[in-house]
Amino acid sequence: MAFDDAYGALTDHADDARWAYGTGFTDPLAGVPADLPDGVDRADLAAYCLMLGDDALIMSHRLQQWVTRAPELEDELAIANIGLDLLGQARLLLTRAGTAEGAGRDEDDLAYRREAHEFRNVRLAERDDADFAQLMARLLVFTTWRLALFDRLSGSRDPMLAAIAAKGVKELTYHRDYAAQWVVRIGDGTPLSHARMAAAISGVLPLAGELFQAHEVELRLAGVAVDPAVIRGEFDAVLAEVLTAATLEPAELPEVPATGRDGEHTAALTEILAEMQELARAVPGGAW
Amino acid sequence: MSDEIRHEWPLFEVFVRAKRGLNHVHVGSLRAADHRMAVQHARDLYTRRNEGVSIWVVLSSDVVASDPDDKAALFEPSADKVYRHPTYYAIPDSVPHI
Repeated sequence: MAFDDAYGALTDHADDARWAYGTGFTDPLAGVPADLPDGVDRADLAAYCLMLGDDALIMSHRLQQWVTRAPELEDELAIANIGLDLLGQARLLLTRAGTAEGAGRDEDDLAYRREAHEFRNVRLAERDDADFAQLMARLLVFTTWRLALFDRLSGSRDPMLAAIAAKGVKELTYHRDYAAQWVVRIGDGTPLSHARMAAAISGVLPLAGELFQAHEVELRLAGVAVDPAVIRGEFDAVLAEVLTAATLEPAELPEVPATGRDGEHTAALTEILAEMQELARAVPGGAW
Repeated sequence: MSDEIRHEWPLFEVFVRAKRGLNHVHVGSLRAADHRMAVQHARDLYTRRNEGVSIWVVLSSDVVASDPDDKAALFEPSADKVYRHPTYYAIPDSVPHI
């Protein structure tokens, strides 16, 4: 059997028996109707997909920056895997945003040809991490919130959004477990590691408040989007359980405006975009 | 630094059972602080390409191996016992799947 490329061979289901391991790859969106559900505002759905897609895209880039800098080889691969999972979520969500918008923009247009003020990610996703404890604290908050959100979103009235969320739930369950184990290990470790994790948690909490400020788009998309108020209880319970196991103080989330959702970002996002978009801007339309 | 601090995580051996495989097969080794982390790392290192449905990890120091110096006494006595192989016997045509 001849294939044009190696990937064609890997995804060929009919001839699975040639492989000792693997294959059996599946398309999570196979058979999911791409039409927009009735009565849903296109602009609102596009904005909502952009929010969730940008969260994943920017968080993924921050994780990718840890490759070659992780404390252990095994953790470097784990962090890269998590970054790749989130990049996959970003691709599907940005594609959906482009479809809903209906202006002909694809995932690359949205990822590489927007300015910082057009990004809709929460500020939590863009912050730089000074050490591994800060990365794990931020990953715990991000994945605890996103898992609770995607769990509800898998029942969305938009079948495409529901399918993307259902795929993401399995990935995020692992991401959250990975981050939680490290927060507990570092928190319940030596006096030095405990102090570092306590500082990391108190440093990330001001950014977590933004996750629960309902945006008008989220409220208008009832039945399609998830109202963050619905997942607050699960978020608080999971975080409390992990922090208790890590012998850390319980978390208090400050009330802060959801500025990232309206395109107000820190200088950190500008730095990320300068790196992430450099090649695409230098070689427009380049393909390899 | 006190002597109690380990500067390197212990080594684990990883066994993965493939979808169509009946037994777990040794695929490699990794370092981890404990067994739970070893399973997590094994998932990240050895099942990224859809390889496995089950993982075992064992501390490398718990593996008891035969001594290479005993190779002659352990393995060579079986070298001339050709009758232990099914190919030694004539297979009747009515028995197709041996």
